[in-house]
Amino acid sequence: MFAKTFTGGVHPKDKKQLSENAQTVRLEAKGDLVYLMNQHIGAPAKPLVKAGDRVLLGQKIAEAGGFVSASVASSVSGTVKSVSLHITQSGDEAMAITVENDNEYEAVPGLGEPRDYEKMSKEEIRAAISSAGIVGMGGAGFPTAVKVTVKDDSKIDYVICNGAECEPYITCDYRLMLERPADAVTGMKILLKLFEKAAGVFGIEDNKPAGIASVAKACEGSERITVMPLKKKYPQGGERMLIKAVTGRKINSAMLPADAGCVVVNYSTLIAIAEAVTKNIPLIRRVVTVTGDAVKEPSNFDVPIGISAQELIDAAGGYIQEPEKLIFGGPMMGAAVYTADLPITKTSSCILAMSRDEAAGLEPAACIRCGKCLYACPEHLMPILLKNTADAGKYKEFEEAHGLECIGCGCCTYVCPAKRRLSQTITMAKKYVLAEKKKGAAK
Amino acid sequence: MSKTLNVSISPHIRSRETTATIMADVIIALVPSIAVGVWVFGARAFAITVLSVVSCVLSEYLYEKLLKKPVTVTDLSAVVTGLILAVNLYSTAPWWLPVLGGAFAIIVVKMLYGGLGQNFMNPALAARCFLLLSFSRIMTDYPKLDGVSSPTPLVLAKQGEVVPVRDLLLGTHSGTIGETSAVAIIIGFIYLCARGIIKPREPLSVILSTGVFVTMFSLIQGNPITLNYLAVQMLGGGMLLGAVFMASDYATTPVTPWGQVIFGCCVGFITALIRCVGGGTEGVSYAIIISNLLTPFIEKLTAPKPFGPRKERAAK
Repeated sequence: MFAKTFTGGVHPKDKKQLSENAQTVRLEAKGDLVYLMNQHIGAPAKPLVKAGDRVLLGQKIAEAGGFVSASVASSVSGTVKSVSLHITQSGDEAMAITVENDNEYEAVPGLGEPRDYEKMSKEEIRAAISSAGIVGMGGAGFPTAVKVTVKDDSKIDYVICNGAECEPYITCDYRLMLERPADAVTGMKILLKLFEKAAGVFGIEDNKPAGIASVAKACEGSERITVMPLKKKYPQGGERMLIKAVTGRKINSAMLPADAGCVVVNYSTLIAIAEAVTKNIPLIRRVVTVTGDAVKEPSNFDVPIGISAQELIDAAGGYIQEPEKLIFGGPMMGAAVYTADLPITKTSSCILAMSRDEAAGLEPAACIRCGKCLYACPEHLMPILLKNTADAGKYKEFEEAHGLECIGCGCCTYVCPAKRRLSQTITMAKKYVLAEKKKGAAK
Repeated sequence: MSKTLNVSISPHIRSRETTATIMADVIIALVPSIAVGVWVFGARAFAITVLSVVSCVLSEYLYEKLLKKPVTVTDLSAVVTGLILAVNLYSTAPWWLPVLGGAFAIIVVKMLYGGLGQNFMNPALAARCFLLLSFSRIMTDYPKLDGVSSPTPLVLAKQGEVVPVRDLLLGTHSGTIGETSAVAIIIGFIYLCARGIIKPREPLSVILSTGVFVTMFSLIQGNPITLNYLAVQMLGGGMLLGAVFMASDYATTPVTPWGQVIFGCCVGFITALIRCVGGGTEGVSYAIIISNLLTPFIEKLTAPKPFGPRKERAAK
């Protein structure tokens, strides 16, 4: 059988061999922990503590700031040092709570208390997910409690676990497939309890045969859950591409997966759901891959959220070469940062240190109209046309050419032989158009 | 940390392919055809090719130097133009013909319209047509083979004669430097497709639609159609060369998949029109540069449909 996929996309070298065989190692924080209030899409969380307060492991230190928002819990016990602005991966500043670790790990009452999800009602399950502050851990950070709250539970016929991990280098989900498949299957069963008519599908790229085998073994005996191998192709893990590959259904930018009868949850997120519902543990830890040719020992670490990325790099043996570029996330969509002194967030899947920056210095040349961006675009857009309209400031034409459908995957820039910055320009134009629309709506 | 970290917008990796590697692939694909040309027509064919390439590269270099623009000859596109012009010339051409043609192709057709990717007509073909109109006697002086004047296959076919298909495949007949051997061109075609430089749909739609339209016109006119006649129409003369190397040109043909098929059919239709209704024997060059003019419209009509349902897009 051929592995399912979508049309378009690119085939960058996956470089996963650097860290795919590194057993996950548990790390505790040595320095202070910084909890950003905007680790998710939507309204920032609201701090519940002030400087000087003592907080416990697992204690909720910030509550959801709106419907589309998520709470934040402390991953250590200690004293709140400050509630102030802190720099983020994007170079902006955001409100953050800094906690000084007392190394006591004194937990809030009830943390880790076993619960039987089969005896819980749907409301109780949703409340558990919501109060655990779970967000999509693949990178987008959409609050999971919102995602699993749909108009009509019976209209959902697929719960899809996104195990594509299509970005090069990243192996955190892969390691969890090998090490904790049963927890992910539990997470899937919990979601299937919410959506009684749905089938559970683990979509995993076929460059991870061991991961596919491991999860398939854990699924044995669960009739409603299957594993579907997907073709190794970037961006196979894009939500719209994944839904197309698994179900054949297509959605556009104005639709939610639920409109196609789907709920899509990242693999690590499923484990977080299982932890929250069956053990009453909020989202306070995650697995992060530290990799790249500048890192001494590429590793996968299970770390408390809020730990400084520098501590992870140190734990991986530090640098063997001076890095020229440091990336939070993968090389296709990740954010380049200018310092490693940034906190790990709920969505940090990877710290990538490259000794050579092969992209930033490339001079764009004239477009030769080869059409490769067109064939690579998973959204079937014409990047060449979108860039021309954006460069000329013709935003109306940009919209008419469906520029707002762009998912920012970067395939067009990746393939361009003339090294033109297509996706960069298109993403900026899209942001501009959306901001103008928001302004117009406010008036 | 002593070194400052680079910060740029994603993606942070790029494919290895560059404009120059693509042009190098096209050059490699042209090698078999030129080699057959030199084998059949002798060293003079080689000299014409070199002159044409040198003229193109030098024209681009001098133009950019004079206008104080960045010099772009290292992208190898001028070399490709020179080679394509050369394979379209007869080996009997005087030395100044490829030099003039190369200068016209690069300066008038390419650079004056903004350089690489901006020209709306294929530079080499436009130059060929310019030479054909200006120096028609020289440009139709097909070379003698083994001291015997032998017309090109298309001329023979027009006179109602049968052309051995073996000659068409191997290239042992009269014609321009690069057009004679179908096998050599097809090797180049397979190489380009395998390397992902061109898609098979464009050349194939040119060749197949030419066959269809030639048959159609012949039937309307009540002329007899033989398999040999069709084979000559589809493989002889500039047909294959034009279909593989010129109707697949990036700058002057549509980028959309269906647009490329429609473009190919336009070329086939105009070629058949010229050959069957008009008085011409060749026609592929004119068909391609006329179709080049339709490219923006074809592209607009065949823009790909975005992913997902059409209704209710982001315009909320």
